[in-house]
Amino acid sequence: MAKVWIDDQEIELGDNERLNGIEAARRVGVEVPHYCWHPGLSVVASCRMCLVECGTKNSETGEVSMLPKLVPACQTPAKDGTVMVTNSEKVAHARAFVEEALLIDHPIDCPICDKAGECNLQDYHFEHGQQERRADIKPFTSRRRSMGETVTLFVDRCVMCSRCVRFCREVTGTNELMVVQRGAHEEIDVFPGFPLENKLSGNVVDLCPVGALGDSDFLYSQRVWFMKTHNGVCTGCSTGCSIQIDENQDKVYRIRPRTNPHVNQWWMCDDGRYNWRYIHDDARLIGPSVSDPAVSGNGASSNGDGSGLGLMEWSTVIARVDDDVRTAGKMAVVLSPHLTVEEAYLLCTYARDVDPDALIAVGPAPVVGEDETFSQGFTIRAEKCPNRRGVEEVAAVFGKRLTLDELLPKITRDGIQTVWVTGGYPQADWMDEATANQLAAAQMLVVQDIADSPLWQVATHKMPSATFAEKEGSYVNFSNRLQSVPWAIRPPAGARTEGSVYWQLLGRSGLYQSKIVLKEVASEIAFFRAAGEDVGEHGVDLTIDMLAGA
Amino acid sequence: MQANDPDILWVEEPKLGLAGKLYLPLIAQGLTTTTRHLFSKKITVSYPDTEPEIANPLIYRGVHRLNRDEQGRVKCVACFLCATACPAHCIDIIGTESPWPDREKYPESFTIDELRCIYCGMCEEACPVDAIELTSLYNLTGRTREEMVFDKEKLLSVHDQTIDKEPMRSQGGATSQGGFP
Repeated sequence: MAKVWIDDQEIELGDNERLNGIEAARRVGVEVPHYCWHPGLSVVASCRMCLVECGTKNSETGEVSMLPKLVPACQTPAKDGTVMVTNSEKVAHARAFVEEALLIDHPIDCPICDKAGECNLQDYHFEHGQQERRADIKPFTSRRRSMGETVTLFVDRCVMCSRCVRFCREVTGTNELMVVQRGAHEEIDVFPGFPLENKLSGNVVDLCPVGALGDSDFLYSQRVWFMKTHNGVCTGCSTGCSIQIDENQDKVYRIRPRTNPHVNQWWMCDDGRYNWRYIHDDARLIGPSVSDPAVSGNGASSNGDGSGLGLMEWSTVIARVDDDVRTAGKMAVVLSPHLTVEEAYLLCTYARDVDPDALIAVGPAPVVGEDETFSQGFTIRAEKCPNRRGVEEVAAVFGKRLTLDELLPKITRDGIQTVWVTGGYPQADWMDEATANQLAAAQMLVVQDIADSPLWQVATHKMPSATFAEKEGSYVNFSNRLQSVPWAIRPPAGARTEGSVYWQLLGRSGLYQSKIVLKEVASEIAFFRAAGEDVGEHGVDLTIDMLAGA
Repeated sequence: MQANDPDILWVEEPKLGLAGKLYLPLIAQGLTTTTRHLFSKKITVSYPDTEPEIANPLIYRGVHRLNRDEQGRVKCVACFLCATACPAHCIDIIGTESPWPDREKYPESFTIDELRCIYCGMCEEACPVDAIELTSLYNLTGRTREEMVFDKEKLLSVHDQTIDKEPMRSQGGATSQGGFP
């Protein structure tokens, strides 16, 4: 048990805790400003922003002896008897001087800098800087050059914290970025012909405490203060990184990693970070329809393409689907691994309600290449779907869990009348024509999907569904960690989340709420028992409970 | 507030004297005022036959204009500060990389919904490069709502129309201390 004093507040640290001054100060709610230190990177103590007064307290006499010079809090371990002072005049002076030094040759182009509003230099200047600018260097704009396809460097905005350089050395192990020149001429750069190109390159933009590294994808598209941030889970692979979705008026502008020590720590890969444009694709399906010769025959609501499909109101479609499914009888359901746990559960419940012997299959989980692990353990999984584990566990409870390939021959052999397929894959080629035609052998083919596919073409009942940013619910990643997230934007007009459709089909009143469903799932399915309590920001490990129960 | 609040001062209506009760002196007093105004200098104008004179066009808050720099390019740097300050949310900007080497960002599109605008002048105050200014043009009409959404070209043309009569309020931008190029 180590006792540490920070600004006269005493805290006790656990025996196995190895905290530095910044982390220890956070425990008592004191924020020590810093640029170069990052919990995921090595310590260099080069920015000098976290300078504090430090000393030791003699445990026997109680006498405090302070060091004459200020020390960087990031490099100072908080051990038994450590005393730190972060609010003295000496420290305030040091901070003001560091700020002044940084601002001498920092361009004052905040109005056109993308970082403005979430910039550490701005924030610290207001909090710790001096009122007046004593330097006689006139304001100027920054030189810029491209570091690679994803990142643009604004050379003069850099404060040389070297976080990006350390990231490329320590986390990705690719070493593209480096510091060139010396002293006041120091600059971040890449070696000619070797641009910044690794699967984690986007993280250096989040790491940059100022506006020096800009995301080429996000550059100039939105000011940060217009955007609202929502928690989310990346659905790009089965790692299920915790993310933040930044949105303004139902339009996503960027995706950033959210710190989660159990899943992705501080990082996320570029595949997940940049592959969200399909959310706002013009080709997104909108407007539900039911194939009905009678409707298109009298021309009442035909969409004019001669397919006999009439666009209809959602309320009519849901009522029609319910009617048709219940009259048809034997049913099979294909659960997409892009469904949330709650949606899979509701769909299975509905299928069981319609047909007690309904077949439940889990849709294909696309695998691309092999798992890619970086030097510090961050892994991009080959399985490109977020919730295979979740839907499998739900399906397993509702009878024999089939794969899609096992289901296909059963459709004609067992005389299945209705096949209900859920999609939601960002990959356009998730289903080929042959499989689609085999599924269409049933009398009714109900499809919920986000983009056109051979399957959508042969469907009789079409219901456009929602993408990950539009859904609330829970995902279970490869290591059985369940994360619950709210929705970030509303689905486009004419599309509805799968959950809300099932909610209505089951005749439940009010709006679809994933939290209520998750409580039900947790109480009914043993695998999800741990999710019955409040699922925090970092999610819950479902296996802990399994081991205890076994 | 209570009727017995000590801050309330209750006053009595003064009692009418004989002159008041007769009414005629008061009528004469009123007619005198009317007659005096009949012959004094008129302060109203017969709009639209006569255009009113604006005392100080520099502080008048009329139609917006987008200023041009010395090279005739739009001065705006697409920083969105006007849109941020706007209480009526009538400014819509799409920023992009500028085609000029000496500038970083410029507005690809800049529209102001003149019908939605409340002419408070906060955009003008927020602008770090003095690109947006309110002119003294007050008689703004249009046949459709779409017509009243002014785009970048229209706002620049307002500048060309008014710049001779109304110079830029300050020499913001490259020459000023606080601005930036």
